[in-house]
Amino acid sequence: MSDNQMIQPLTGTFSRITAILWKELRQLSRDRMTFGMIVMIPLVQLMLFGFAINTDARNLPAGIVDKSNTQASRALIQATEATQVVRFTQVYQDLQQAEAAITAGKVKAVLYLPPDLSSRLTQHPASGAQNPSPQPIGQWLVDGSDTVVAASIKGLRQMPLSQIEDLPQIPATTATATADTFAVALYFNPEQRSVVNIIPGLLGVILTMTMVLFTSAAIVREREQGNMEFLITTPVKPLELMLGKIAPYVLVGFIQTGLILTAGRLLFDLPIRGNLFDLAGAAMLFICASLTLGLVISTIAKTQLQAMQMTVFILLPSILLSGFMFPYEAMPETAQWIAEALPATHFMRMSRGIILRDAGVLDLQPDALWLLGFTAVGLLVASRRFSKHLD
Amino acid sequence: MMSEQNTVTHNKATGKPVPDTAPLAESDYAILTRGMSKVFGDKPAVSDLNLSIPKGSIYGFLGPNGCGKSTSIRMLTGLLRPSAGEITVLGETLPGSEEHLRRRIGYMTQKFSLYDNLTVKENLHFVSQIFGLKRKAAKERIDQLLTVYDLTGQHKQMAGSMSGGQKQRLALAAATLHKPELLFLDEPTSAVDPENRREFWERLFDLSNAGTTILVSTHYMDEAERCHGLAILENGIKRADGSPEQLMDNMGAVVIEVSGNDLRNLKNHLTEKEEVISAAQIGTRLRVLVRQELSDPEHWLSQQVGQRQLNRVHPSLEDVFVSCTGGRHVG
Repeated sequence: MSDNQMIQPLTGTFSRITAILWKELRQLSRDRMTFGMIVMIPLVQLMLFGFAINTDARNLPAGIVDKSNTQASRALIQATEATQVVRFTQVYQDLQQAEAAITAGKVKAVLYLPPDLSSRLTQHPASGAQNPSPQPIGQWLVDGSDTVVAASIKGLRQMPLSQIEDLPQIPATTATATADTFAVALYFNPEQRSVVNIIPGLLGVILTMTMVLFTSAAIVREREQGNMEFLITTPVKPLELMLGKIAPYVLVGFIQTGLILTAGRLLFDLPIRGNLFDLAGAAMLFICASLTLGLVISTIAKTQLQAMQMTVFILLPSILLSGFMFPYEAMPETAQWIAEALPATHFMRMSRGIILRDAGVLDLQPDALWLLGFTAVGLLVASRRFSKHLD
Repeated sequence: MMSEQNTVTHNKATGKPVPDTAPLAESDYAILTRGMSKVFGDKPAVSDLNLSIPKGSIYGFLGPNGCGKSTSIRMLTGLLRPSAGEITVLGETLPGSEEHLRRRIGYMTQKFSLYDNLTVKENLHFVSQIFGLKRKAAKERIDQLLTVYDLTGQHKQMAGSMSGGQKQRLALAAATLHKPELLFLDEPTSAVDPENRREFWERLFDLSNAGTTILVSTHYMDEAERCHGLAILENGIKRADGSPEQLMDNMGAVVIEVSGNDLRNLKNHLTEKEEVISAAQIGTRLRVLVRQELSDPEHWLSQQVGQRQLNRVHPSLEDVFVSCTGGRHVG
């Protein structure tokens, strides 16, 4: 045909992606209901979850700095581990190392045993000494951003020493716990406000909810309303369609992130300790991962209702298992495996790390890489599953 | 293909279907199928369909709902893969060259498939971008289409709020935006009033005149009659094909109208006869299709109808349809 000159083959891909992107944005701006949800979901949820959710934690990963290195200190460590509140997974040489590990999120708490542990033990009131000194025998350094963790460690403060074997002559009868066994130093969230821990987690939950929900309906809607039959007779390629579909929602995700953090700051005094660029990067990775998850659902579901149901199927474990409600470390192993598969779990770690502990993206590299990989695989699966045929 | 070109030079120029007697080269057909079949589960939707549709013609699929019209069109547009058979569209083999064909064909779906919450102009702009038109070319083409399809006044209106006729014109504009060589229209006028339907066909003849081959499916007889060529489909099987005139001339039945009293009883009496294909009441007359194999159908019928008056009439396309499908869908 003589009109072939007006078709430009090289920039075709870009043109088609922008075409779909603009179409989606226009449709979105006219869909008042969805537009309202973009703003209302974060705000309403933020209010609702502003109340604390508490529970007991077990087997929290902890580190140890043992400056005493005596038989007594080893017995004390064993006794502490026997409470099942913590599990010592790391040994650090000094406090600097320990603090860095807490910041990076490797451990939730570190037990510091001072060099003069033995003398502190003999002078401890619990040992029935002549001149008891109220000095604690060790100190806990705790990642206080997770209030559930902090509360559990605080429970160890008065751990009884009487039943510990191998400790120098403690007559059980005279043991009166008038002084603390351990001192506890809470890092990052000294006032123990749950809301400080909840908001970064809520960010992950709300983004999961809205991002997966919006895109999971994206392809199905076109199919249900009959647009797809026309669209697949045009030269648009599956990957172009997928990219054009999710691009507008990246913007939506950032708007929501901004809303939640601003509202969190204004209403709940949320401290944002980390770098905003790190946070934006983490949010970007998570938004993309959630969007592609939605797209994959969209290529599986036959109706918008099915897409909705599958979204809930993803959303529930994202709330319950991601570490938003219960500390990841306290969950049974199977639940942890499921949690590892969810993008929300990885983002939860990153957002809490960056917002509350001033961690950098480098500290959280595994989570970042995982989200990146999830997005790439998701996009590939979605565009492979999307067929330009009707049968 | 090249060697045969000298025998058919006049066919392309006229843009009209050529009589069966003139041999056509393969390259003069927009659509060629041999044994095209589609089975859904164990239910055959289209069986052994052979089509030869010359370039430049308007070809119709006539048949009731569920006869395989849409399934056939979807196979020819590459949306469905045939269960068996060979398909050549614009010289390209299907399945296999769908992506390449998509720039050369246009498809107007049965259901309105543009976006309800985009305006007329936004919809067309979207389609132009998908087909990779440059900004300036796209603008010119869209303005041209808005004028041709009388949508200039509506260009800022949401597509969803338009009337059936306007939606259909917009859909045709979108399907022809990239100037396809071959246009598929799946029941394009089912949601349109007769006046809009006539207007619509004027546009189709304009396109045909400009060289576009058009394949249109319909269940309206008057619409089918406008086609250059026609295939009558029933239960996925082609019952007859040819130009409307050929079909009416060779239909294998004689049409006789009977007028008189008590036509209802006469109809019941006649439809039981082997010799009668169908009998349908039209106002005060009974239109009877009698098998042509009888030596004198008119005489035979006069013996059946008593005192009533007989009048042999020219067959209509509906008669052809009824005789092809054995009267199962009418009367």
